[in-house]
Amino acid sequence: MSLADPWPWLALAVLGAYHGVNPAMGWLFAVALGLQERRRAAVLQALVPIALGHEASIAVVVLLVRGIELVAAPETLRLVGAGALILFGLFKFARPRSHPRWVGMKVTSRDLVLWSFLMSSAHGAGLMLFPVLRRLPEEGHGHDLPGLALSGASVVQDVAAVLVHTLAMLVVMGAVAVLVYDRLGVGVLRRAWVNLDLLWAAAFVTAGAITLFT
Amino acid sequence: MAQWQPDPTFYPTARQAMEAPPEQLAYVVTLNTGGNGTSKPDALCVLDVESSSPSYGQVVGRVDMPNVGDELHHFGWNACSSALCPTAPHPHVERRYLLVPGLRSSRLHIVDTKPDPRQPKIVKVIEPSELTSNAGYSRPHTIHCGPDGIYVSALGGKEGDGGPGGIFVLDHDNFSVKGPWEADRGPQHLAYDFWWHLGHDTVITSEWGTPEMVENGVNPELLLAGKYGHQLHVWDLRTRRHLQALDLGPEQQMVLELRPSHDPNKTYGFVNAVVSLKDLSSSIWLWHRDNGTWKIQKVAEIPAEPAEADQLPPALQPFGAVPPLVSDINLSLDDRFLYVSCWGTGEFRQYDVSDPFNPKETGSIRLGGIVPRGGNGNGRSLNGGPQMVEVSRDGRRVYVTQLAVRLLGRAVLPGRDPRLGGQDRREPRGRAAGRPGLLRRVRGERPHQIRLEGGDSSSDSFCFPS
Repeated sequence: MSLADPWPWLALAVLGAYHGVNPAMGWLFAVALGLQERRRAAVLQALVPIALGHEASIAVVVLLVRGIELVAAPETLRLVGAGALILFGLFKFARPRSHPRWVGMKVTSRDLVLWSFLMSSAHGAGLMLFPVLRRLPEEGHGHDLPGLALSGASVVQDVAAVLVHTLAMLVVMGAVAVLVYDRLGVGVLRRAWVNLDLLWAAAFVTAGAITLFT
Repeated sequence: MAQWQPDPTFYPTARQAMEAPPEQLAYVVTLNTGGNGTSKPDALCVLDVESSSPSYGQVVGRVDMPNVGDELHHFGWNACSSALCPTAPHPHVERRYLLVPGLRSSRLHIVDTKPDPRQPKIVKVIEPSELTSNAGYSRPHTIHCGPDGIYVSALGGKEGDGGPGGIFVLDHDNFSVKGPWEADRGPQHLAYDFWWHLGHDTVITSEWGTPEMVENGVNPELLLAGKYGHQLHVWDLRTRRHLQALDLGPEQQMVLELRPSHDPNKTYGFVNAVVSLKDLSSSIWLWHRDNGTWKIQKVAEIPAEPAEADQLPPALQPFGAVPPLVSDINLSLDDRFLYVSCWGTGEFRQYDVSDPFNPKETGSIRLGGIVPRGGNGNGRSLNGGPQMVEVSRDGRRVYVTQLAVRLLGRAVLPGRDPRLGGQDRREPRGRAAGRPGLLRRVRGERPHQIRLEGGDSSSDSFCFPS
């Protein structure tokens, strides 16, 4: 594994932080659970299951990408990924508010993991990492030797990528949740919850286009 | 199009919604009662309720329904503060469309209040066939904007005029009928109102009757046999399963308007029983959770008022009394005041329900009724009493429909002076009682449900405790 090129790692962290700030990805739920129980500890307890669900959603995409690498040429993977990104972006343009139907404010930790997994997946959190995953140093990924792609180094690198992303998300999500619970109050939502739906949709199309042409 | 910030009418908590600016417009459905002939449709009217406006109290807009005979009922918004709920938030949707159900026609009208809120337009009509084929229901009645879609109650089943009634869900983006809500309805058959405790994943539904029991007026035989609704049903909002039936007793007939606490942490709410077969009284009941199970108890009773037989319509003459026939109740956003509309006696009451188990009557005014007692009664018409009631978000104005829509002025100042009336019971203190006869110029129409611009005390649901 090489850290010689810091950009993919930075991108993983920034994307994680972005999910961390997004109220729809977890901190708001954590704050609501804290308010329900009137306990700050309830806010903190909710964060880890939410991060785990997010991590699982990311991991599914990583596994999918590495799985395709095992059986297909890099060129195929690139086209499939670019197509998925563009299609998902277009879908998000068409229905920016689409999300899994979830009702239920009385949740267990297991519910929270599932909730976060569903929301992260519907948000395309893992898919957005595809361009970054491709840019991770390739020393671990023996593309010219199919069947040997999953070397130890590459697995470690992928695990590190998921962890960096999820940790960034967890830290930012936790900071925002505590700040809102302790100081700002949920009233801040009325002004601060800016609509990044179209920007997020555009990011997918852009990422897809870049993947397609580079 | 897409909004940059959440709709300004969305508030995370009910307490914060009380700081909303006063409404400037009110929407009222008016029913053609036949006085306009049989060829005129029902309508959605827009009232100017800004007190400094030159057209204050007047109908400034109107949209006629495309068909005749809808019998419009408890319409509601496409979106409300529940859009901020953390489980599946969609904060940048607009509170923009009014969903106006026709109880008799089973049609559901989608009315756009933008760009000009004074001139709303019908943009879509869901026909009965879509309702029955997709949801298996008919006779839509009450709308609530839920966290994951728009929920609508319906009195009738798929075919004919029977039951079971229930709830169906609409997509909150394109208003398509997604399907019936219930996964397991248990013993529930009758339907009317519904609402929920979002913080506790609990839905409460109430009972009136099936279409055949209500569409030709109340059937005295069924009534005396105790066949109209007398139960509440408790459901799990997540699993959509029936959990419990709460029986008020068969002598309590027609259990209607559900007003759960607005604070999602609390676990109680109020419902009105229209008439008791024992003594013609109406009553207010409290449902509440106790050790994991839900219970119900009577917390206020409004007795029938004795009257001379010659003052009464024939049906009531043997009883020598006027039943209060409470037709609607409404709970202020701070869960502090409950307003009770006694359609029969023409009394309009205010209770302080800070202690929900012990409501204290804090005010009463007279607004007509079967036998007039002061106020604006006309004594001639059963329609003359206060019927539907709506409370502004700040709790300072109460709107009541009767023959005319009446603005009761600054009826409430929470924390300062909870009295409704004062010396002059007709005109609540502060301001005159609106401009009487507001809607009277529209002859032959009866106003029903009111919705206030930006939301009110019975059309928003909150996920965050105050």
